[in-house]
Amino acid sequence: MISELLVPFSYEYMAKAMWVSALVGGVCAFLSAYLMLKGWSLMGDALAHSIVPGVAGAYILGFPFAVGAFFSGILASTAMTFVKQHSRLREDAVIGLVFTSLFALGLLMASIWPTSVSVQTIVLGNILAIPNEDVIQVAVIAAVSLAVLSLKWKDLMVTFFDESHARTIGLNTGALKILFFTLLSACTVAALQTVGACLVIAMVVTPGATAYLLTDRFGRLIVISVALGASTSFAGAYISYFLDGATGGVIVTLQTLLFLAAFFFAPKYGRIASRRRQTAMAEAAP
Amino acid sequence: MTPQPAPAVAGKLASPGASISVRGLTVTYNNGFTAVQNASFELEPGTICALVGVNGSGKSTVFKAIMGFVRPVAGDIRLCGLPVSEAIKRNVVAYVPQSEDIDWNFPVLVEDVVMMGRYGHMNFLRMASRADHYKVDQALERVGMSDHRLRQIGELSGGQKKRVFLARSLAQEGRIILLDEPFTGVDVKTETAIIALLRELRASGHLMLISTHNLGSVPDFCDQVVLINRTVLAAGPTAEVFTQANLERAFGGVLRHFNLGGAALHSDEDSRRLTVLTDDERPLVIYGDERKVEGPAPANPNSPKRSS
Repeated sequence: MISELLVPFSYEYMAKAMWVSALVGGVCAFLSAYLMLKGWSLMGDALAHSIVPGVAGAYILGFPFAVGAFFSGILASTAMTFVKQHSRLREDAVIGLVFTSLFALGLLMASIWPTSVSVQTIVLGNILAIPNEDVIQVAVIAAVSLAVLSLKWKDLMVTFFDESHARTIGLNTGALKILFFTLLSACTVAALQTVGACLVIAMVVTPGATAYLLTDRFGRLIVISVALGASTSFAGAYISYFLDGATGGVIVTLQTLLFLAAFFFAPKYGRIASRRRQTAMAEAAP
Repeated sequence: MTPQPAPAVAGKLASPGASISVRGLTVTYNNGFTAVQNASFELEPGTICALVGVNGSGKSTVFKAIMGFVRPVAGDIRLCGLPVSEAIKRNVVAYVPQSEDIDWNFPVLVEDVVMMGRYGHMNFLRMASRADHYKVDQALERVGMSDHRLRQIGELSGGQKKRVFLARSLAQEGRIILLDEPFTGVDVKTETAIIALLRELRASGHLMLISTHNLGSVPDFCDQVVLINRTVLAAGPTAEVFTQANLERAFGGVLRHFNLGGAALHSDEDSRRLTVLTDDERPLVIYGDERKVEGPAPANPNSPKRSS
C-alpha cells in the first residue's frame, strides 16, 4: 500500500513535475498576495492569454519559449496602453479586447503551422511532458522571481498600500511597479507550462484570496499564501499521477477546496464566525 | 537648478528648521493641462499653514510637486533649503493621505502602518531595529493609539484612522508634514485632538502644510494661509490673507455668503457686521473684527445689493 503511494517519487519525470510545480505554485502565490489587493486579479488572466501567440511563435521558430512570451507580453501592454489613450473605452473593455485578440492569434498560428507543441499543451499545460530545457527555464524564472520578491516585498507592500508615502520615503514607485509586472509576466509564462493559459489566473489569485481571509498582517498573508500555493501544486502534481488527469485541473481544484474551507471556517472572516458574531450581537442588543 | 542658491535660501541651508520655498512654480501635465502657473510662497519653521482653494484649484498639484511626484516645467522648490529629490532622500517630507486614497481593507495592522514611516531610515531589506520599534511605540503613544496597535486599520473610526497616519509621519521624523484634507469625515472632538497635536509639533519647529477647503477652522489654528486658484492668489499671515475679499477671489461664486450688519441686525450705533462664508461644510463666521469692517456694502461687487 505505502509502496504504491510512493510510486510517483520513483519516476524521475514525476519527481521533477512535483518540485517544479511547487516552485511555480509558490511564486505565483506570492504574486497573488499583491495582485488581488489592487483589484488587478484579471490582469494575470489577460497576460496569460496574451502571451500565447508569443509562445506558439517561439516554438515554430525554435526559440526558447520565454523569449516569445516576453515579446508578446510587451506587445500586449503596448497595445492596451495605445488603445486606452486613443479611445474612450474603459480599461476592462480594452484589456478584454486585446487579450482575446492575441489569444485568437496564438490559436490561429498554432493551427496554420503545426508544430511540435500542440494547442492543447499551451492552453491546458502539461508539466508531465515538458522537455528538460523547458524545466530549467521554468525553474530559473521561478527561483529568480522568488528571490527578488523575498528581498523587495516590503517596498512593494508600501507602494501598493500608499504610493504617496512610498515616494516620500524615497522609493522609486514607478520602477517597483514595473518590477512587479515584469515578475508577474515571467511567472505567468512559467505557470503556463504547468497549468496552462486558462488556469494561470487561479494560480495568481486563489492562494492570496484564501490567505486574505485568514490574517490581517501582510507578512503572514504572504507566508500562508506561498505555503498554500506550493503545497497544493506539489500535491496536485502527485495526485494527477493516480488520476491520470490534467495536473492543472487537480492543482486548481485543490486550491479551490482550501479557499472554500477558509470561506466558511476562517476564525475571523469566515461565514460561520461572522454568523456567530451576528447572533451574539442580536442576543446582546435587546 | 544652479548650485548657487539665492542668499535668502543660503541662510536656511544651515538652519535645522523646516522651510518650504516655492518660486514661480508652473506644472503642466502630459495632456497639456497647466494645473498651476507661476505660484510662489515661502514658509518658515514652526508654522501651520493652510493651503486653501476650491477643488481643481491646484492644491494637490502643489502637494505632488513638493513630494516630487510631478516635475515642474518652470520654477524651483526648496525644502529646508534642499532640492526636492535631496530632501526626499533625507526623509524631510512626511505625508498624511486623504482617507479616500487608502484601501481600508488592506491587511495591515495599526503598528505596521506606523512602521512604514521608518522604512526610509532602514537598510534596503527594511529590517526594523530596536530604535525603529521604539520610535513606533513613541509615535503611537503620542497620538493615543497604543491600545489599538494590533487592530486592522479598517476597524478604526475616522478620527483614529487619521491619528494612525499622523503617528506614521511622527515615526518618519519628517520636518515638513503635508496633510491632505485631514478633517474630512472627522468629528469635532478628534479635530480638536489633531489640532492640539499639530500645535505641539509647531512648537518643536515642524512645518505643516494642510490642504483644506474647511474654512471654519483655519483661523483657529493656522498662522499662515496660502490661497490658491491655479496660481497663488495671496499668501501670508492668516490675519492679513484670510479676508472676505481674498476668499471671494479664491472661491468665486462657490461660497454661500451671508452678511448681516447695521440696521439689518440691530438698531443701535454698533457698526460691526456679522459675516458668514460657507461652502456648505463648516462656515467661516466673522463678527465685528476691526480688520473686517469695510463699509456698509458687501465687499463682493458681484453680489446683488438688496434694498430693504
